[in-house]
Amino acid sequence: MTVDFNAIPLSQLSIGSSCRIGEIGLNGLLRRRIQDLGITPGTTVECLRRGPSGDPTAYVVRGTTIALRKEDAYQINVFPI
Amino acid sequence: MNKGHKMILREHFGIKAKSDQYVIALAGNPNVGKSTVFNALTGLRQHTGNWPGKTVDNAQGSFSFKDTDFLMIDLPGTYSILTNTVEEEIARDFICFAVPDVTVVVLDATSLERNLNIALQVMEITSKVIVCVNLLDEAKKNKITLNLPGLEKELGVPVVGTSARQGIGLDKLKEMLYLAVKEQVIFRPRQLHYSPEVEEAIAQILPKIEQLGLSDYLHPRWLALRLLDNDEMLLRKVSAYLTANSDDDIYREVSMAL
Amino acid sequence: MSITTEKDFLQELNKEAETIRLSYVTKLGDRIIADIYKNAEQISKNVILNDTNKKNWTLKLDNYLTSKIFGYPFMLLVLGIILWITISGANLPSDMLATALFSLQEILSRGFLDLGAPAWLHGILVFGVFHSVAWVVSVMLPPMAIFFPLFTLLEDLGYLPRVAFNLDNLFKKAKTCGKQSLTMCMGFGCNAAGVVACRIIDSPRERLIAVLTNNFVPCNGRFPILIAIGTIFGVGALTGQLQALAVAGIITGVILIGVFVTFAVSWILSRSILKGEASSMVLELPPYRRPKIASVVYRSIIDRTIFVLKRAVSVAAPAGAIIWIVANTYIGEISILNHLAGWLNPFAQAIGMDGYILLAFILGLPANEIVFPILIMSYISSGTMIELESLAELRLLFIDHGWTWLTAVNVMLFTLLHWPCGTTLLTTHKETGSKKWTLAAFIIPTTVAFTVCFILTQTVRLLGLG
Ligand SMILES: Nc1nc2c(ncn2[C@@H]2O[C@H](COP(=O)(O)OP(=O)(O)OP(=O)(O)O)[C@@H](O)[C@H]2O)c(=O)[nH]1
Ligand SMILES: [Mg+2]
Repeated sequence: MTVDFNAIPLSQLSIGSSCRIGEIGLNGLLRRRIQDLGITPGTTVECLRRGPSGDPTAYVVRGTTIALRKEDAYQINVFPI
Repeated sequence: MNKGHKMILREHFGIKAKSDQYVIALAGNPNVGKSTVFNALTGLRQHTGNWPGKTVDNAQGSFSFKDTDFLMIDLPGTYSILTNTVEEEIARDFICFAVPDVTVVVLDATSLERNLNIALQVMEITSKVIVCVNLLDEAKKNKITLNLPGLEKELGVPVVGTSARQGIGLDKLKEMLYLAVKEQVIFRPRQLHYSPEVEEAIAQILPKIEQLGLSDYLHPRWLALRLLDNDEMLLRKVSAYLTANSDDDIYREVSMAL
Repeated sequence: MSITTEKDFLQELNKEAETIRLSYVTKLGDRIIADIYKNAEQISKNVILNDTNKKNWTLKLDNYLTSKIFGYPFMLLVLGIILWITISGANLPSDMLATALFSLQEILSRGFLDLGAPAWLHGILVFGVFHSVAWVVSVMLPPMAIFFPLFTLLEDLGYLPRVAFNLDNLFKKAKTCGKQSLTMCMGFGCNAAGVVACRIIDSPRERLIAVLTNNFVPCNGRFPILIAIGTIFGVGALTGQLQALAVAGIITGVILIGVFVTFAVSWILSRSILKGEASSMVLELPPYRRPKIASVVYRSIIDRTIFVLKRAVSVAAPAGAIIWIVANTYIGEISILNHLAGWLNPFAQAIGMDGYILLAFILGLPANEIVFPILIMSYISSGTMIELESLAELRLLFIDHGWTWLTAVNVMLFTLLHWPCGTTLLTTHKETGSKKWTLAAFIIPTTVAFTVCFILTQTVRLLGLG
């Protein structure tokens, strides 16, 4: 694995900006579920909005909107674009 | 596979198809309008609404078209049939082991890419797939235009466009189901292109799987992928096939394992 | 091949697969999903001719419905407005149905007398069966036939996932999942349906908590009780729209208490018998879709009417007959009903109710719809006979039997919090497959209901307010 210093956790992506998915650090069912929804390495994801109390956050993935919690999004590495 | 076998397996899923009824499964992502299609065709009242996850169990209803009887099964919506959550297992096991005569995969026209994922997965298990691209009215509102004949060519299975809530396209769907069960449709599902490493792994294990002699029941390539994916639940069920001696037993054993 | 060797063969095969799996750096499973998506991308690119895909309407609406400022107030507002329309809209049809049904009752009574039917038969069929059915139909049907179409419109619009989105953070604090709010929404219709809906929650621990707390949402059978008592006792002097508005406010408050108790009980369960950390939540927010208003309203009115009528016939009718018999069978000087109520009275008084009320709740175990008819019947049989054509007369009946505002509040709280109905318990057993958890589903709400009413009553009495 090449180390990319530009990678940040998905949870730190600011609202309105987009990124490409890098490594997914989650395990088990959630890892699977995330990939089933089309969040696979290389996919473009846009950060859409946060919930009224700051969590969860809604992301646009392949034309659909998916909400993830901070803790889970934190374990997905992304490259901002 | 003869009728008797199918009956035993279907019984396990609580499917009470009469011997002259064709069994049709409705699969697809959550919230794409499966139950709406189901209600429109069967006249029943399954719960519908705009949020994912309303249908949590199989529902069945019948309808007839041109003197042919169909039994339709409304499956829970799933994002995939590879993961082992309860709903996905219900859907997967049904498609895989209850052997519907045709599986209709309902897709949301407004998010085709995500929806194709499950269509492609189902097409790896069974070739008798009809793709129903629903919510075409919503797509139109969002100024999305789809080339459905093109999609049919890409997928190699029949594609029908519908707006189920408005009742548009459902006659075409019935017609297509009719043609399909009367074997007047040729299904040539697209073979998925995997990356070289996956193809290589498949090639390594495929000969062994073919020795199992299960090709009549399960696509070897699909089984290979499940093995490579370490899908233990599925393997337990497959092994039930193997412990049985006669064909009849096979189905009893599998029902037990399910 | 013999059986054993075949099994061995499969195991061998799995081992081989394992070796192959291990020889790759990336998980093959990940690769497979990514590859399927690659295919999907390619196909999409070829067949999507034109995709602006902005879903503008959804974006704009969500700017308000999930915003920091409007997100929560809007949820409350929506709930309040729905209740307001329900209550003000139900008044007139309720009165009309009651008038019609109770004049029918008179005709029936006269018919029985003319035919010279024995008094007990007249009692069972008219005062028992017909009266209960009439009550359920006139008091339950109108609000439910208004509430549910409105609710269904919201559901078809796509508002429910936004509720889950907005509330997830609170549920996370209780170490559960925002999707629990979806199961609660289903609970409004019927708690048994709410319990089944809990399957959408992936984590077994969180699912179980959702099952155990679903009952704190007032269902179809309990809503009208709340509305009736709210109207009778809550707003005395007000009339017309103002009254409806005030009652809507009260019911909104009651539902909020239910939501608060849900959070509290979930919080406690997550730190005691169902200890664990909040797992994850993945929630899709589908685009809003414009509901087909006319057909939704029409269909759900029909559906609800059928639902309530079925309940009236299948539950209220037999229960009415049984209760009449119990109320009119005497052991010594006192009827069985009075014996039972008398025995329960001390417990009931401690939580600010009376023996008849508690008995009605207990006998209402099969279905909440019958709690009120039972109560009315037991009051009537133990006192003077009056005709109950309006809520005003009901108010008199209750006040005759010593109800105060505290009794009313306790009955509302008890209605909201007490044990689930029989159907819900059976469903809980089916869904959890466990006697233990079914018992918990009974004990937890029961404990909460008694505790809350007890503390409230004793405090009020201590302060000399009641
Ligand atoms: N505009 C439009 N809405 C539709 C159409 N088909 C279904 N809907 C609506 O989409 C929503 C979802 O439909 P359902 O039939 O409940 O979806 P489902 O696939 O059964 O969903 P799950 O059971 O949750 O997996 C409902 O509100 C339907 O009224 C359509 O063709 N056009
Ligand atoms: Mg459905």
